[in-house]
Amino acid sequence: MTTPVYLDNNATTRCDEAVVEAMLPFFTEQFGNPSSMHAFGARVGGAVKTARAQLQALLGTEFDHEIVFTAGGTESDNMAILSALEIDPGRDEIIISAVEHPAVLSLCGHLEKTRGVKVHVIPVDGRGLLDIAAYRAALSQKTAIASIMWANNETGTIFPVAELAELAKEVGALFHTDAVQAAGKVPIDLKSTVIDMLSLSGHKLHGPKGIGALYVRRGTRFRSLIKGGHQERGRRAGTENTPGIVGLGKAAELAALHMADEKTRVAALRDRLEKGLLQRIPNAFVTGNPDERLPNTSNIAFEYVEGEGILLLMNREGIAASSGSACTSGSLEPSHVLRAMNIPYTAAHGAIRFSFSRDNGEADVDRVLEVMPGIIEKLRALSPFWQGADKAPATFNPVYA
Amino acid sequence: MWDYTDKVKDYFFNPVNAGVLEHANAVGEVGAISCGDALKLMMRVNPETEVIEAAKFQTFGCGSAIASSSALTEIILGKTLEEALKISNQDIADFLGGLPPEKMHCSVMGYEALQAAVADYRGVEWRDDHEEGALVCKCFGVDEGMIERAVRANKLTTPEQITNYTKAGGGCLTCFEGIEAVLGRVNEEMVAEGLISFDEAYRIGAMDARTLRQKARPKGAEPAKVEPKPIIALADIERAAAGTIVLERPVEAPAAMAASATRLTTVQKVRLIEKTLDEIRPYLKLDGGDCELIDVDGNNVVVKLSGACVGCQQASMTVNGVQEKLIAATGLPLRVIPVK
Ligand SMILES: Cc1ncc(COP(=O)(O)O)c(C=O)c1O
Ligand code: FES
Repeated sequence: MTTPVYLDNNATTRCDEAVVEAMLPFFTEQFGNPSSMHAFGARVGGAVKTARAQLQALLGTEFDHEIVFTAGGTESDNMAILSALEIDPGRDEIIISAVEHPAVLSLCGHLEKTRGVKVHVIPVDGRGLLDIAAYRAALSQKTAIASIMWANNETGTIFPVAELAELAKEVGALFHTDAVQAAGKVPIDLKSTVIDMLSLSGHKLHGPKGIGALYVRRGTRFRSLIKGGHQERGRRAGTENTPGIVGLGKAAELAALHMADEKTRVAALRDRLEKGLLQRIPNAFVTGNPDERLPNTSNIAFEYVEGEGILLLMNREGIAASSGSACTSGSLEPSHVLRAMNIPYTAAHGAIRFSFSRDNGEADVDRVLEVMPGIIEKLRALSPFWQGADKAPATFNPVYA
Repeated sequence: MWDYTDKVKDYFFNPVNAGVLEHANAVGEVGAISCGDALKLMMRVNPETEVIEAAKFQTFGCGSAIASSSALTEIILGKTLEEALKISNQDIADFLGGLPPEKMHCSVMGYEALQAAVADYRGVEWRDDHEEGALVCKCFGVDEGMIERAVRANKLTTPEQITNYTKAGGGCLTCFEGIEAVLGRVNEEMVAEGLISFDEAYRIGAMDARTLRQKARPKGAEPAKVEPKPIIALADIERAAAGTIVLERPVEAPAAMAASATRLTTVQKVRLIEKTLDEIRPYLKLDGGDCELIDVDGNNVVVKLSGACVGCQQASMTVNGVQEKLIAATGLPLRVIPVK
């Protein structure tokens, strides 16, 4: 029995034992409500404050009260955009990139349909880089908010958010960034930027699921999405998920400690895997921008094979990764990210994302390098298009196409 | 991960009859790489007996597409062409112990490839069997004939099933009306032929294209033509809710708004707005500002802010405040637009 290899850390990460340990007392003896006047509440309130400071440190924010705890990345994204639309009726346009997470994309699609909000979707090029000219052109006095992700979850491509935020400020628009994939993997120092809001999620940085945070710069006008009590200074009602908050704080602290490891050792693992696969497997290429990328992510397209088959065969070998292919998601089209990048269909269906974390080691890379060539070869042997390495695909004369 | 049966997994992991068949005399190719799956079925048919003596396949596609193709070759081996033509896509799915509903199109692809291979053997253009070959879904290259066959063979009665069985409608969804039209017509014929009951048949317009499962796409996701039948204008209610900073009437508000919205005439509405503004004005004046009504266009209330409000940091706060008061007073999903 071989040990399983988990290379799907952009989907979710293993919760760190130290995080779980930090959380446990807050389910039992530390059960108080942080809003209460008595000692039970005060102790828990202190722990929430510590967590806020831990996030402040990870994100380099000026004040700890700029952190609002939420129920995850999706909620943070929704909160930021919906708030921006409320604060100034003269501004009712949104700018996003074509490769945002559904937490942003489908919200904006909904707003466009139901509220007539104008949504500018900025295209990306073949490497996933944002069309800055189009972004500039879309910005206007009508822009309520520009929301561009810090790093893309499928390809790891990093966007120049600090600069994009400056441009948004020039027209007086708010700037939000979905940093769910970036937080904990690359250094972030918000106080040196003009970014107004930033989303992150606990379960992507070895913290618990269902907890996240939204950074809201001091002085940024904000309307709460969830109405109720005065928790989180009226910005997010509902009794705090105290175990989750404590866990997220601990996870943020650990992420900061491991940041150097991520940038060096983890990146080296990723690079070795990538090089090794490209050497061993013909007709494969890296998607996204290898120069500006999260240190943990590699997205490789294998031509003339379909991703679901690859994942099923990998799974049988105990290797977990994910795919931009249509079949795996229940949708019939390949991922919107790869389509936005104009990756040819011959390759987009066979794109596999490998995402590392500090839990991975050299043995994981060895294992994947050992089995991947056989897997791709097996599927290519089945494929009516495959003619051999670097040969044009077989012609195919379907009765319907 | 999909909930595949053990048999599907087995045929995927250890496919039988995979590869190129030498001396094939019946070849059927369906699908395309852009659609995400494609199947080439190769058979050797005995010219004397018309028995399928050998069959092999090559498939590009997901696990269930490969399993369905392999299963198909096993099913048809040793059968005469006549017998083979009686095989339905459901037979392929049943052979595998069933397929997830979203994956039924894999079995349909097997069925279509078999039909195409037999036509190839007989030297006829298979497509010619069907007069109505109009392309319905451009994204997946699905024509009317294919939809009709899938509807008849599997007694389909919803657009969603058509997507599951043929993929048509699984992309941009601009073909929704086309799919509906074919489904409506074929179901009607099936009712007349006693194949399905009147109640089961699909009625055009019964389904909103939006409810079809689809990936997020902010722009042009749906054809503008497919308008849902609005009972209450959702957009207006949401807009009203968006303008409400402090919700004083949280839950009942939208319903009340919609109800009164239908009752007021335009004149009544304008009067009510003026009256409300008059009530707010003293408060604005306290801060050295004023608010003048310029126009009422539908639910848009155009106002001119003057005095201390203009240019002040709080201008839009004021607008929100005014909007909130107006909504509260009129019960209408109003939107206040300030002009200079
Ligand atoms: C870029 C990005 N944004 C948002 C999310 C959603 O975060 P959560 O799962 O915490 O709601 C994810 C995770 O899937 C993500 O990758
Ligand atoms: S034309 Fe049918 S889904 Fe696009």
